[in-house]
Amino acid sequence: MTATPQPLVRAHDLAKTFDVSAPWLNRVIERKPRALLHAVDGVGFEIERGQTLALVGESGCGKSTVARLLVGLYAPTRGGFTFDGQDAHAAFQQRDARAMRRRIQMIFQDPYASLNPRWLVEDIVGEPLREHGLITGKAELKTRVGELLQSVGLSAQDMAKYPHQFSGGQRQRISIARALATEPEFLVCDEPTSALDVSVQAQVLNIMKRLQRERRLTYLFISHNLAVVRHVSDQVGVMYLGRLVELAGKHALFERPRHPYTRMLLDAIPKMHDTGRARTPVQGEVPNPLNPPPGCAFNPRCPHANERCRTERPQLRSIGGIRIACHAVEEGRI
Amino acid sequence: MSLLEVENLVVEFPGRRGTLRALDGISFSIAPGEILGVVGESGAGKSLTGAAIIGLLEPPGRVASGEIRLEGQRIDHLPHEQMRHIRGRRIGAIFQDPLTSLNPLYTVGQQLVETIQTHLPVNAAEARRRAVALLKDTGIPAAEQRVDHYPHQFSGGMRQRVVIALALAAEPQLIVADEPTTALDVSIQAQIIQLLKSICKTRGAAVMLITHDMGVIAETCDRVAVMYAGRIAEIGPVHEVINHPAHPYTAGLMAAIPDMESERDELYQIDGAMPRLTAIPPGCAFNPRCPRGFHERCRTVRPELIPAGATRAACWLHDPASGVAA
Repeated sequence: MTATPQPLVRAHDLAKTFDVSAPWLNRVIERKPRALLHAVDGVGFEIERGQTLALVGESGCGKSTVARLLVGLYAPTRGGFTFDGQDAHAAFQQRDARAMRRRIQMIFQDPYASLNPRWLVEDIVGEPLREHGLITGKAELKTRVGELLQSVGLSAQDMAKYPHQFSGGQRQRISIARALATEPEFLVCDEPTSALDVSVQAQVLNIMKRLQRERRLTYLFISHNLAVVRHVSDQVGVMYLGRLVELAGKHALFERPRHPYTRMLLDAIPKMHDTGRARTPVQGEVPNPLNPPPGCAFNPRCPHANERCRTERPQLRSIGGIRIACHAVEEGRI
Repeated sequence: MSLLEVENLVVEFPGRRGTLRALDGISFSIAPGEILGVVGESGAGKSLTGAAIIGLLEPPGRVASGEIRLEGQRIDHLPHEQMRHIRGRRIGAIFQDPLTSLNPLYTVGQQLVETIQTHLPVNAAEARRRAVALLKDTGIPAAEQRVDHYPHQFSGGMRQRVVIALALAAEPQLIVADEPTTALDVSIQAQIIQLLKSICKTRGAAVMLITHDMGVIAETCDRVAVMYAGRIAEIGPVHEVINHPAHPYTAGLMAAIPDMESERDELYQIDGAMPRLTAIPPGCAFNPRCPRGFHERCRTVRPELIPAGATRAACWLHDPASGVAA
């Protein structure tokens, strides 16, 4: 560790807006207004090399959009992110975008949809190697694919099979092997274990942690499962309706959650060993992102909301070693 | 007397390449007002057990042997027409996806009224009054207006409340809930679980709750059955199964779940995967993955459910006469 570590990934004011308006004719005839969906609205964070930042939140909070922004599948509407000191989005636009893409790879949620069923595993894992021109010789390619498969606990002989011959957990390991093919430094993992059973989830999480240790990989880990997040992350960002509401170290967040939404999420997890314990569920649901409430987006569900929360949107501020967007915490009310 | 008794249930799928045995000798019972959890990984046969009970096995699947009894009456071989009267009236069903279990072309009110009038001798006005009351009971705000809305006008959590209202419409004695919270976010999941628990308590309905989520089971159920490869591996009071699992599979499953209370660097992993139906190993189905299954008997003779501490487990380790027990 150097004295002043330079974060490998730094996102600043990252925003993505989707135009979900009705078609032009309906807008003219039926006078329907333009509708803009602010999927991600000003998200900023840093991840240091070899660390894991987890993003958690409920469906529709924008966490997968952040993942897609970071791998260049979407261009940001506002803001951007730097990777190893370079403006990544500028790099994605350039002719040598491959150089950047090689260093950032992604693992998707559904191992049944993310592998081409008509390709052999050899072609699936070997594609990034060929595409990036890293390996051209056939024999060399085979050796390398074999090594990659072994690194995720599969056998080199598995390269001659099709995806349907594998179980869900094995397929997810093939996706990991493919993502590792270009020797990336940064892996964006979008719900990598949500589609898996618990015993298989444990296998995949253990492999991901081992690979991180061995190769000093940096992860952005997206999940809605807080127990999994607690297991894999160093930093945790909690998102609600396109914004970060709390960003803190793992221990701070789980031992002393500050934001009312974070507390609600933690309370909502069933506790395994306290059987029959009644939870106190929070009322209400995530509001429609097309028409978010004014002020703090969480205010309609928040037990601590006051007039200021209903009118003024809280900014993410550093308070007591963590970053949090909450008027009540800032004013010392909770 | 038990409300529901399942005895040696075998469900088979005849196919061109032979018959697949998807459920192999399942036995359990549910008492009136009890919540029984059925947990297992994908392919363990938990949904199939639920489908067999409500008489909705997809052909060519069929109950090959064994019995399902509701209050002592056999319901596994009833003709379609008779089963239709039991389903909905005496056994309600809640499925995983709240969008596909509602008809998008009818208002929720029409669907509720239809269900109520099919099973109960009430007129249209009374049925509608009951529909509104059901929506209120399931926590839908402004039920009088919402009753005339279509399913797409409801959010996921609200839709699942409507599905619960539908299942309760004819006041059944038993509700089979297949993954009722899996499609929902955690905060909504907590609301739905709470609702299911309280509403079944006030109405005295028993619940068979099928889920893969041990946390949901821990919080909701009185007893739990752990399934593996079409068989019950362990069954017992939920507190005992979670805190003192007797079957090595249950123990592995519990250790593999990352939990909020302790921190481990490495999760316990059960190597391998559940066997396919075409290749269920002889003896104990779990033996190739079992950390303690190195005994000859485990590989050759199938264990039945036997008392193991406060639970019952299908494992030779708990049979002192087997010679496997350490």
